[in-house]
Amino acid sequence: MRMGRRIATTLKRAAIHAGPTVLGIVVLDFFFLQLMPGDAADVMATEAGSASEETMAALRHQFGLDQPVLTQLMNFLNHLAHLDLGFSPRFNTSVLDLILERLPGTLLLMVTALGFALLIGIVLGSVMAAWAGKWPDRLLSIVVLLLYSMPGFWVGLMAIVLFSVKLNWLPNDGSETIGAHLTGFSFIADRLSHLVLPALALASFFVAVYARLVRTSMLEVQRQDFMRTAHAKGLNPFLVQLRHALRNALIPVTTVAGMHLGNLLGGAVVVETLFGWPGMGRLALEAVLARDFSVLLGVLLLSSLLVIVANVAIDLLHAWLDPRIGEA
Amino acid sequence: MTVEAEIVDTGSRAAPKKGRRLRAFLRNPTFVAGVAILGFFVFIALFADVLFSDDPMAMMSSPLVWPGEDMQFPLGTDQLGRDVLSMLAHGARASLLVGISSAAIGLAIGMVVGAAAGFFGGWVDTVSMRLVELFQTTPTFLLVIVIVSISAPSITTIVVAIGISSWPTVARLVRAQFRSLRESDFVMAARSLGYSRLRIIVQEILPNALPPVIVAASVMIANAILTEAGLSFLNMRDPNIVSWGGMIGDGREQLRNAWFLTALPGAAIAMAVLSLNLVGDGLNEILNPRNEP
Repeated sequence: MRMGRRIATTLKRAAIHAGPTVLGIVVLDFFFLQLMPGDAADVMATEAGSASEETMAALRHQFGLDQPVLTQLMNFLNHLAHLDLGFSPRFNTSVLDLILERLPGTLLLMVTALGFALLIGIVLGSVMAAWAGKWPDRLLSIVVLLLYSMPGFWVGLMAIVLFSVKLNWLPNDGSETIGAHLTGFSFIADRLSHLVLPALALASFFVAVYARLVRTSMLEVQRQDFMRTAHAKGLNPFLVQLRHALRNALIPVTTVAGMHLGNLLGGAVVVETLFGWPGMGRLALEAVLARDFSVLLGVLLLSSLLVIVANVAIDLLHAWLDPRIGEA
Repeated sequence: MTVEAEIVDTGSRAAPKKGRRLRAFLRNPTFVAGVAILGFFVFIALFADVLFSDDPMAMMSSPLVWPGEDMQFPLGTDQLGRDVLSMLAHGARASLLVGISSAAIGLAIGMVVGAAAGFFGGWVDTVSMRLVELFQTTPTFLLVIVIVSISAPSITTIVVAIGISSWPTVARLVRAQFRSLRESDFVMAARSLGYSRLRIIVQEILPNALPPVIVAASVMIANAILTEAGLSFLNMRDPNIVSWGGMIGDGREQLRNAWFLTALPGAAIAMAVLSLNLVGDGLNEILNPRNEP
């Protein structure tokens, strides 16, 4: 019962907070679109190969491009309210369909990468905190600092050299073996083997972030009163660390994970391009190469929305982790 | 502890205090290691033209010479027969230039917005923080790509794009500092002396708000170098300039037979970024000693 109320409060607060941000992003998006060189009529004309002044003017009139900027903004908002992000002449479908087709790929990659990053980061951070100041801590600190400094796509390239070129263990292109028509277990195994390298490349930087954070907050938690109580009760020291220390140390980690979702999506652009992964990020780059800016800005808009939704999800997770949140 | 420190601070002259500061810097191994590596890269960047006087884009030898094969090209040549060592040296210049200038732009915007928001509060604060939130919600790298593709990729547009997308962190930091400092005694004293608002902001509060900003600056340069590398790798780069990310992008085609073309520039990026992170960590320990557990 109390849990339900807490979740309701958190959701309400998130809705009030996110509304203006969404509107701001949409307006920003519109003005970037205005700044882009050429408009939809130019793109269509280039696609057709040639166009006279009259057809260009007709096209502009048809798309409402000859109207004042404010009217265009209202039209843009109106279309968005109907979930219409425009039409891509280059890909010959609606922008929204194009992005939604790529969204699951990006989500799968991001969730896997985030999972890897959290898992490895928490393990490394806990080990570092348990041996703080001793040699395992120092050694891992250097490893973590190196991971923190290496570009993710370069980690991916070096992993390709090792695991694909030299050892021939893992594939390095696409999300499935093309034309294999696999089913059942071998289908899943094939998908997973394609997922490992891009997810690790994307995760490398965030492993370092979470490891450092977990180390700091684990050390901080040790000084709290409830830790002394738990030890005094005679609980198993390992269980104390797992149930009391780690649970509390995870709160800052989830906050930071929420702040980094945008960076994760940005990193996905490079990693998806590198591994030929069919996701939103690669679509963004294809749009840049095709100079199809409505697609590019559609990707920017939807990924921002994704960040907002994910942050609401993290607020809910907080409400569950920390009983004090969302009570007031 | 704080009272004692204040007494010591006001009681001692500037000179011995400076000496103590310097010794604190030199005693911090993280900081010293970072400065040493960073100094090496700065030296290479400054004297790239003198050390490697030939055009790094020029064909010098047969293509794909491996490192160590020909002592004239100790780090080998790429698929166009260009000297990899010379390209790395000239790439240091591009990376550091982009890193420092875009961090400068980000710092300038962030400090102005953050100072205004923290000092004035009220609607200025609300609007600024909404703007910060807006920029922090949009994925930074995508935002940079969008801004770069508004105009053709050149070193200027890349610098401006990275600068514009990196200011929100600084704004938050400066705002927090200003909020805590604006009610402090020395600001009250300055107000009662009738100093103008601008003078209070620039001369009184800003110098005291700087330590965390300096730490953030080194991290910002590091991130800018990483962003530039990603952009160049995706071929959104200035075609007339050798850059490390661009070298990785070119070397990717030769990954099967000459992986050193990818490994070497990537290692250079990692070392440069590592040195900046070490400097940042060291500065953090020296400037905020109470933060360390």
